[in-house]
Amino acid sequence: MLTNIISISLGAILVNNFIFSQFLGCCPFLGCSSKVETATGMGLAVVFVMGLASAICWVIDTYILIPLGLDFLETLAFILVIASLVQFVEMFLKKMIPSLYSALGIYLPLITTNCAVLGVVLLNVQNHYNFIESVVYGITGGLGFMLAIVLFASVRERVDFSEYPECFEGFPICLVSAGLLALAFMGFSGMKIF
Amino acid sequence: MKTILLSVAVLGALGALFGAILAFAAKIFHVEVDPRQEAVRECLAGANCGGCGYPGCDGYAAAVAKGEAPTNRCVAGGAEAAAKIAEIMGVSAGAAEKMVAFVPCSGTTGHAEMRFNYSGPVDCRAAMLFGGKSNKTCTFACIGLGNCTRACQFDAIHIVDGVAKVDRSKCVGCGSCADACPKSIIQLIPESQKIMPACGNKDKGAKVMKMCDFGCIGCMKCQRECPADAIVVKDNLAVVDVTKCVQCGHCADICPRHIINYFG
Repeated sequence: MLTNIISISLGAILVNNFIFSQFLGCCPFLGCSSKVETATGMGLAVVFVMGLASAICWVIDTYILIPLGLDFLETLAFILVIASLVQFVEMFLKKMIPSLYSALGIYLPLITTNCAVLGVVLLNVQNHYNFIESVVYGITGGLGFMLAIVLFASVRERVDFSEYPECFEGFPICLVSAGLLALAFMGFSGMKIF
Repeated sequence: MKTILLSVAVLGALGALFGAILAFAAKIFHVEVDPRQEAVRECLAGANCGGCGYPGCDGYAAAVAKGEAPTNRCVAGGAEAAAKIAEIMGVSAGAAEKMVAFVPCSGTTGHAEMRFNYSGPVDCRAAMLFGGKSNKTCTFACIGLGNCTRACQFDAIHIVDGVAKVDRSKCVGCGSCADACPKSIIQLIPESQKIMPACGNKDKGAKVMKMCDFGCIGCMKCQRECPADAIVVKDNLAVVDVTKCVQCGHCADICPRHIINYFG
């Protein structure tokens, strides 16, 4: 059980990193990465939502959809769950933990449509994970996202001060550096820990 | 047929359940927001310049509504905004003297001696890393690579001939440029102040003569001739006391180096 969890965690963070090897959640990855500070906020919010969504979607899938033979509705049902979950979490944080809300608040609505969140819950089903494995995969997948976005934001801050051909100004140089960073993560591919 | 009905029923039930939970949660977790906070927010300039010292316009509006902040802090909104906010909060407005940024340097390209020819990243801070404190021989001079221009959200400060120049009609006095200037030479002066010596060099006259065609040499002519004793030479540099200045403009006329600005 423990080895299983460790291998899921390392897999989600490094080997099958959501951004660099599965190419999920690329829009916030490119959009929210101009500063390390915003990237960290976005990353934390994604970890939080991914963990919660994995837990709730696993319960709904196992106790409602599968017994009724409706597993073809998973995508639809999960989108519903994620959207309402994010709304609920936003309201909850605003009332109960205002300090956390002011730190994550502006990023939460952005996550509603983040495909990495939907990706993680669908992959949980595909891989037949049990409850604990699902939650671990959700949280570590989020950590992998956070690692990627924070690394990329630091790269972009440095790129701002370096010289590159003028035609690459703006988005092109950003995509080129994202590609190079993804290449570095290719080094982990195919690794098996246990 | 059974599958279709079942899926409609299940998704419908899930949707209704989540909808009910959210509606219920909105009631339970409702946060009372002071209606005055939104009213105050409406009066502000909305540029999030941070000139008030609070994190953005929303932060300032929240502080005002709680009664923790004075009503006249919005420099961009000026006296008009202060009066409106005071009305909402039911207190009298302290008049907010409108401030504008001022760059005390006249060392334009060709008139100030260059220490070296800089061609690195366009950033004043980067230029300061090379050979001393500035790309000009004068260590009090504006570097002229535009950190202030990039910091300004109101398009009010631009590099003209190698020296930052403030457009007083656009400047709102938020102080972003002063914070961004790595030489810390940009000052905020009251808009009503028309006279300002545009030099910050505290070196002795002979040295200044060599470095810049437009440097204050501390000749004290302005100090002697000022009718209101408002201009004093201190550390080889003319300084105006804004509380005494009568805005006559005499010093600007007589300055042998023509560096005292008169904003008429």
